Amino acid sequence: MVSFGRGDSTFKLIAGILAGSALAILAVSGYTLLTGALPVLNADGLYFFFGTNWNPVIGREIFGALPYLLGTLVTSAIALIIGVPISLGIAIFLSEMSPRRVRVPISYLVELLAAVPSVVYGLWGVFVFRFYVIDYIETPLSNYLGWLPAFSGTPFGLDILSAGIILSIMIIPTVSSISREIITAVPNSIREGAYSIGATRWEVIRNWVLAYGRSGIFGAVILGLGRAVGETMAVTMVIGNTVGPAAVPTSLLKGGQTMASLIANGFIEASPGTLEISAYIGVGLLLMIVALIINIGAQLMVTRVLKVKRGAIE
Amino acid sequence: MKFNRKAVSTSTAGLAIALVIVIAAAGAYIALNPATTQKVTTTSVSTAVSTSVSTSIVVSTVSSSSAQSESLAGAGSTFVFPLMSAWTVQYHNLFSNIQVNYQSIGSGGGIAAFEGHTVDFGASDAPLKGADITKTPNALTLPITIGAVTVAYNIPKIPNGILLTGSVVADIYLGKVTMWNDPEIVGLQTNATTAGNLPAKSILVVHRSDGSGTTFTFTGFLSADSSSWNSTIGQGKTVAWPVGLGAAGNEGVAGVVRGTQYTIGYVELAYAIQNKMTVAAIKNPSGSFVLPTLTTSAAAAQNIGALPTGLGDWSKVNLLNQPGATTYPIVTFVYLFVYKELNVNTGQTSGTSLAGSTALVQFFWWLDHTGQQTSSGLSYVPLPPNVVTINEQSLSSITYNGQTLTTH
Repeated sequence: MVSFGRGDSTFKLIAGILAGSALAILAVSGYTLLTGALPVLNADGLYFFFGTNWNPVIGREIFGALPYLLGTLVTSAIALIIGVPISLGIAIFLSEMSPRRVRVPISYLVELLAAVPSVVYGLWGVFVFRFYVIDYIETPLSNYLGWLPAFSGTPFGLDILSAGIILSIMIIPTVSSISREIITAVPNSIREGAYSIGATRWEVIRNWVLAYGRSGIFGAVILGLGRAVGETMAVTMVIGNTVGPAAVPTSLLKGGQTMASLIANGFIEASPGTLEISAYIGVGLLLMIVALIINIGAQLMVTRVLKVKRGAIE
Repeated sequence: MKFNRKAVSTSTAGLAIALVIVIAAAGAYIALNPATTQKVTTTSVSTAVSTSVSTSIVVSTVSSSSAQSESLAGAGSTFVFPLMSAWTVQYHNLFSNIQVNYQSIGSGGGIAAFEGHTVDFGASDAPLKGADITKTPNALTLPITIGAVTVAYNIPKIPNGILLTGSVVADIYLGKVTMWNDPEIVGLQTNATTAGNLPAKSILVVHRSDGSGTTFTFTGFLSADSSSWNSTIGQGKTVAWPVGLGAAGNEGVAGVVRGTQYTIGYVELAYAIQNKMTVAAIKNPSGSFVLPTLTTSAAAAQNIGALPTGLGDWSKVNLLNQPGATTYPIVTFVYLFVYKELNVNTGQTSGTSLAGSTALVQFFWWLDHTGQQTSSGLSYVPLPPNVVTINEQSLSSITYNGQTLTTH
C-alpha cells in the first residue's frame, strides 16, 4: 500500500515553495525595476513613455523610450508574420503528412535550431546572412517598392527587416514543435469523422484539426512572441542600433533598436549613479510590462475570444 | 495540469507562503544593496577559483602557512582587457605565487566596484570625476597605458591616409557632409589622385552602439574641433547620434567598415592595425596631418606638459589635440585606480595583510616599468618617461595601516 504520510506533505511543501519562488522572483525583480526606474520617471515623466529623444550626455540628459518600444513591437511582428506560417507548415507536414522515416530526423533538426545560441545567430546574421538579405530581399524590395515609406532607404542589411527575419528563424523551433504536439494530440476520431463525411485532406486539416487545436497553437505562437520580444544578442548584432528619433521604425530598411538591444548596448558602460542607469532600468520595466500585457492579453484571447471547444487541448 | 489548491492543507500553504515571503525579503535586501551583491559574487567567485585551481596554483587569502600566495582582483575597462590579460599571465609566470584576476565588466562597473571596495583596483578609460571623486577619498589615479582612436574608412581605390580634419569628421557624423566627393573632403586632399578618386557615393556612417571609452574620446575630439558638434551632441560614452548605424564593440565597427564599401567608422588603434584597415591622417593643432601610429600617439603624452600627481584631480586631463608637429590628435589615457591607504579594502587581499598590499603595489610597479614593453606588441602605446615617474611617486606613497610598502 502507498502511504499518504509525511512524505506526501513534505513533497507538497517543497512543490509549493518551488512554485512560490517563481512569484517571489517576479515580485523582487518588479520591485527592483520600479525603484531603479523612479529617478528617470521623476525626471522625464510621461516623456519617458512617449518621447523619442535619447541623450545620456551629462547636462543634456533626456530619455524617451518610445522608439525602442516600437522597435520591439515591429521586429516581433515581422518575426510572427514570417515565422508562424513556416512553423505551422512544418508542424502540419510532420504530424499529418510525412512518412515516419523523415518525421523523426526533421523534427529533431528543427528542435536543434532551438539549441543554437543566439550570439551564433547574430554572428551568422552579420557575416553571412546579411549579404543574402541585401541581394535577394532588400534590394528587390527597395527597387520595386521603394516608393512606399515602409521600404524607403538604402538596403544595408543591418536594419529592422534583418532583425525580424533572424527572429523569425529563432521562433520557428518553439512554435513548430509545440504546434506539432498539439496537432498530434487531436483525436483520430475527429479526422475519421471528417473523412467519412467526404472532406478532403486540406478541409480536414483546416476545418477540423487546426480548429480543434487552435487554442494550443495560439499558445505556441505566444511563446514564440515571448522569445522574439525578449531576444537581445542576435537582434543587437543585426538591427543597426540607431538611437533617438532615427530609431523610430518608419521604414523596414532603416536601422532601429529594440528595448532589449538598447539595454544590452548601454547598460554596461553607463556610469553608476547617473540618470542614464535609471533610464535603462526603466526600459527594463517597460519590457516587463509589455511582456505581461502580451501574456495577459493572450490568456484573455484564449479563454474568451476563441471559446475553447469542449474536449479540446487546453 | 492546474495546481489543485484544495489538496494542499492550510498549514502547508501557510508555511510555503511564509517561506516565499522570507525569500522575497532576502532577495529584495540583496537587490537593494548592490555592494552586498557584489561582495557576495566576488567572494563566491574567488572561492570557486581557489577550489578549482588548487592543484596547480595555491590561492589563499586566509591561510597563514602560505603567506606568499596572493590573489588580487581588478575590474573595469574592456579596452585594456587584452593588454591586462597578457600582463596578468606574464606576471604569474614570473611570480607564480601572485594571481591577478581582472574582470572586464566595463569602466562604469569598474569604478562602482572600486567605490564599493569589492576589488583591489579599478580600471577605466575615463578619469574619476564629480561624485566619483568624493566617493573615493584618497584614491590614486595611475595612467597605465595610452590608446588612440583612428578614423577608418573603406573606399575602393583610395589607399591609407586620406586627409581629414576634426570639423569635417564632425560634419560627416552630423549628417551635414553626406557624399565622399563633397568639396569639404576633396578640398583637404593634397594628393590629386586621391582627390580625383573620391567617389560620388553616400557616406555610410558607423559608430559604436555600446557605451565605450572609445566613443568618449572620439566625441571629445569632435567637440573640441567642431563648435556645432559641441553645441548639439557633445561628449559622452554614448551620445545621441543623429545619423549612422551602430555596431557593438571595436570589432563590430571594424567588421562593418571592412565588410562594406563607402563606410567610415572609428576604432581603437590596435584594431585598425590588426585588421589592416585604411585610416585617415587627422589634422593636429600645429596644422599637420598625422597618421595614427604608436609613435605619433605616444607623442601626445610626451608633449602634454604638467600633469597632476596621483592624488590630484585628473578629470581635466586631456590628451586630445596636444602640441607637436608629429602628434596624433585623438589620444587618451587608460587609468588604474587604487587607494593610497589600502586598509580600506576590507575583505580584499590588498586590505587584509601587509603581504597582500605589497603584492598589489609590486604588481603595479611592474606594470609601470617592465609591463610597458608588452604594450607595443599588442598595439597599445607605452607610457612616456614623465608619466612613469608620476606613477612611481604615487606607488611609493601607498601605505597599509600607515606603513609604507616595498615597491620593487
